Amino acid sequence: MATTKIVDWDKLEGRARSRRIFFQWTFIVPVAVLLIVVIMAIFAPLLAPYPYDQINMTDRFMPPFFMEEGSTSHILGTDNMGRDIMSRAIYGAQISLSVAAMVIAITASIGTALGIVSGYVGGRTDAFLMRVTDISLAFPAILIALLLAASIGPGYWTVVIAISILGWAPYARLIRGEALKLREADFVAQARIIGASPIRIMLKHIFPNIMNPLIIMVTLSVGMVILTEAILSYLGAGIPPPAASWGNMVNDGRTYIDTAWWISFFPGIAIGLVVLAGNFLGDWLRDKLDPRLRQI
Amino acid sequence: MTRFIIVRLLQTFVALIGISILIFVLVRVSGDPTDLFRTSSSTEEDIARIRHNLGLDKSIPEQYWIFVTDLAQGDLGESLLKRRPVTEMIVERLPNTLSLAVTSFFVSMLLALFLGILGATRRDTFWDNGVKFIAILGQALPGFWVAIMAILLFSVYWQIFPPMGTGGFMHYVLPVATMAFFLLPGMMRLVRSSMLDVLDSEYIKLARIKGLPERIIIWKHALRNALIAPLTAAGMIFAMLITGMVVTEQVFAWPGIGRLIIEALFARDFPVVQGVTLMVGAAVLLINLLVDILYAYIEPQIRYQQM
Repeated sequence: MATTKIVDWDKLEGRARSRRIFFQWTFIVPVAVLLIVVIMAIFAPLLAPYPYDQINMTDRFMPPFFMEEGSTSHILGTDNMGRDIMSRAIYGAQISLSVAAMVIAITASIGTALGIVSGYVGGRTDAFLMRVTDISLAFPAILIALLLAASIGPGYWTVVIAISILGWAPYARLIRGEALKLREADFVAQARIIGASPIRIMLKHIFPNIMNPLIIMVTLSVGMVILTEAILSYLGAGIPPPAASWGNMVNDGRTYIDTAWWISFFPGIAIGLVVLAGNFLGDWLRDKLDPRLRQI
Repeated sequence: MTRFIIVRLLQTFVALIGISILIFVLVRVSGDPTDLFRTSSSTEEDIARIRHNLGLDKSIPEQYWIFVTDLAQGDLGESLLKRRPVTEMIVERLPNTLSLAVTSFFVSMLLALFLGILGATRRDTFWDNGVKFIAILGQALPGFWVAIMAILLFSVYWQIFPPMGTGGFMHYVLPVATMAFFLLPGMMRLVRSSMLDVLDSEYIKLARIKGLPERIIIWKHALRNALIAPLTAAGMIFAMLITGMVVTEQVFAWPGIGRLIIEALFARDFPVVQGVTLMVGAAVLLINLLVDILYAYIEPQIRYQQM
């Protein structure tokens, strides 16, 4: 099956090339979803029709607008305390995103630092750090989270710390592999010859060259962190009520699943959409920036 | 091989100590665990007595020593709420957890093998895309939510399966399906990619040239070697299994260890939370040790590489 190339897209410069790269559904849709969620989180007080904790006992269990008895005053219905589900879902974006941002900031910095040191220094340091990384990768974060929740009580920082304690490991693993390759690169050898200190080499020569895998990893972990936060909040070890987290909203509806399915349904859809968007964007970035990294 | 096992055993032992320290510190990170018992009517004397009973009036290294020596004797402390040894409570719940975990593991593994091989052998067809689609959904949708939606459909609307509790075969269906939701995507991707690698290798080409039937090539020649790579990820799969168990037991009110730890969390019964965490943590390390040894046994290169 022979195909004739009419236009060699790879050789086109400027706008045509960037159009080809960015005008793809696998890029536009995830970015749009994530942008909407970010806007929801930032402007929650303006966008939400009701405060997230406004209890209204006369309007309990109102179904979404498209069902009988539903009304457009509560588009996605109300929960067991008459709180507006759409408003709570909008505020829920704040929690999901702020947990994700904080956890990723912490884990990416620690993981990258350890990964570079491990890969560049090598030897016993490397063997030790990688052993710790292996154990951290195999240890379920949920146990640490439950323990912390029992000791300092559930809350924002409990979730952030609990996910971060083990969350640096995938970064360290990936970055270490990259650093190991870069250590043998010519420009690193030259830097060493002209007498650059190891710290300078790691910061100025290795770090800028691991940016691509790092960006890919950060994007791919957005979904994972949001999912973990949701699991913890669902179990009661995450963000406690009355704050609206998608995970604890699903939990609110568990008891009423036979009469009011919408309480659990919509927050779950929100989680699924955001995680899906994050994963797709991560995959897209990986294919564009570093296709070798298929495994992560 | 002996040297490899000894080194790994020592490393596991060190890791065990590391995790016991981590858990010891995390439990005390709040400063004073007696805050948890303080009620409006408790006097300073009550608090002092509790401190003494829990051994909190001793120095930190001394406390850790007592904690570790008790542990070595299999003593995980006593539940604050039930006034029973934590070990006893765990042992009581263990059969429920094991029966669900083992069933789910084998069901998921069989499905993962079947679907992973289906995806790899019919690459880029309808079947392969279907497998990828399941994997993508499975990694994005929260398991607890899927479980609740399954209850809505199968227990509330169609009333096929019971929504909670233990009992006969029917009680297993929804929890096992939920567990498969946690385990399947990762397992399936591993089998698929490792199968693709193996199918590409020289000896498979040779088997094809020899004229062996495709069925034998795939299930006998390729599968054996394709299973080695997923084995290295067994530790991570075990971690997913634990997360899945805690969530599934909670959703379906399944009286196992996962449910025990959540109940203890709500009652702020921290010796139970600590005990379960320690036990499961030790199990995680042990599984990883066994997998490492098994892996080194199957793949001799490893014995020398990863010292």
